[in-house]
Amino acid sequence: MTSAVALRSKPFVGELLGRSDYAIIGEIVEPNTMVLDLGCGEGELLAWLAENKGVDARGVEMSGSKVQRAISRGVSVYQGDIDEGLADYPDQAFDYVILSQTLQETRTPVKVLREMLRVGRRAIVAFPNFGHWSVRFSMLFTGKAPKTKLFPHEWYDSPNIHVLSVEDFESLAAREELIVERRYCLAGHRRIDYLQNLRAEVAVFLVRK
Amino acid sequence: MVVETQSVRFDSISLDNGATLAPVDVAYETYGELNAAKSNAILILHAFSGDAHAAGISHEGKPGWWDNMIGPGKAFDTDKYFVLCSNVLGGCRGTTGPASINPATGSQYALKFPGITIRDMVRLQKMLVDHLGITRLLAVTGGSMGGMQALEWAVSYPDSVAAAIPIATTARHSAQQIAFNEVGRQAVIADPDWNEGNYYGGKLPARGLAVARMVGHITYMSDDSMREKFGRRLQSKEKYGFDFSVDFEVESYLRYRGSEFVNRFDANSYLYITKAMDYFDLAGEGGSLATTLEKVKARFLVISFSSDWLYPSYQSIEIVRALRRRNLNVAYCELPSNYGHDSFLVDVAEQTDLIRGFLASAFKEKASRETAA
Repeated sequence: MTSAVALRSKPFVGELLGRSDYAIIGEIVEPNTMVLDLGCGEGELLAWLAENKGVDARGVEMSGSKVQRAISRGVSVYQGDIDEGLADYPDQAFDYVILSQTLQETRTPVKVLREMLRVGRRAIVAFPNFGHWSVRFSMLFTGKAPKTKLFPHEWYDSPNIHVLSVEDFESLAAREELIVERRYCLAGHRRIDYLQNLRAEVAVFLVRK
Repeated sequence: MVVETQSVRFDSISLDNGATLAPVDVAYETYGELNAAKSNAILILHAFSGDAHAAGISHEGKPGWWDNMIGPGKAFDTDKYFVLCSNVLGGCRGTTGPASINPATGSQYALKFPGITIRDMVRLQKMLVDHLGITRLLAVTGGSMGGMQALEWAVSYPDSVAAAIPIATTARHSAQQIAFNEVGRQAVIADPDWNEGNYYGGKLPARGLAVARMVGHITYMSDDSMREKFGRRLQSKEKYGFDFSVDFEVESYLRYRGSEFVNRFDANSYLYITKAMDYFDLAGEGGSLATTLEKVKARFLVISFSSDWLYPSYQSIEIVRALRRRNLNVAYCELPSNYGHDSFLVDVAEQTDLIRGFLASAFKEKASRETAA
């Protein structure tokens, strides 16, 4: 396990728990804050944030077996649906609400984003970039729903029901009048500074109202 | 490990219905060692027919009712934690109840025993915890009626509870739950040997109490678990008897469970404790659960079981949602199990993982807060 690296100065991003987007999230989150992770899986990121940043870490996860493993590692996770599950939380209950690689799987992404910024002061959204050149080429040359490293599923069994690109998220953020505080575009462990929508595999946005 | 049931007497206790009970005895057992800071105590709260003997082996050679959960290396690890369990108020296993001697008359209370509530049970437990010099429990936990007490603890004594683990329980008894209890009570009351509660020293209302217990056992199992355990198998016969003797294994099992219960449980305790459960409504009539939880400080692990139709998951989810409305720290999981309401007693592998992780985290958090304070 490596710690998050200083991001702004370096073109290379390390790994946290084997993922570069986690490294960025681990860097963004301020110590001793309250964090809600939506679709938190087995709670690896939350456990890391609690241990290393003293964060009050909570999570929501659909899969019962993942919830079990998260609770077993001491993370407060409840079994529930992201699309419905935030309604009970009071306004501005969290400093950060994290949605990592899950926005494209939600039924109502805009509603989820609005709910995130109702219950949290800031939202951290990480997603695979559907604007990546490999997706464009796959569609162009095969004439089929694109299958790439980032989007490996057949069209009929993909959990990704609302795919989006870096540009799409920018447009949505503008339409929703959100302030983008930080934006990281990644290809492997490299930060992408130009032709981001074409070259980024994963994007991480820090937004607020 | 042979364990000893201990007892302590308090001068009196004031009850929700306005009555005072004096004196009052509490039977309890402890396992593991209380640390110097008295910060590692866990209070186990038993379900309807349980008692103080939660773990270890009694002098009669009987294992505790949650022995699979409490002990060295188990979910409630007695190498780390000091675990405490007491018989509830109104019970018949050492704590004062309707079968105890009323000092005013020199004979058993019977129906002179005052009506009790879950909150009364918890008030008496608080007296015991104070008596042991523990100011803040690491955790309160229990299944079914034990879960109701855990919730009541977190609400009534917010400063005395760091964590609560209500399992297979509800914040208010539903019409269906009250209905099953009422069938049990009517079975007891319909037995002529019950004699308005005055059967001590005479013939016990054994038939009524056994029927009550049979109904109870049906509600604790699931359709699947009964099919697996009994199916339609016949009991020691090849053909139907056509004579209302025992035909099926399930009949034999229920009769056995019923008659066995009579030997260890007082019929009047059955009436009083089931009523206490039926009166349980944490939010109060028409009140909001989230408002009731306003002063709660504990963090929570709520557990329900997929096949539990007596205390279905929706009741746990109601608790979880109210806790979330208060922005309290709550983990929730519905565990897959076929054993119905009994799951929390018998299907403990996954439950153990959850509780072990939760307790370790709660213990660490409690220690760091108390050091900071």
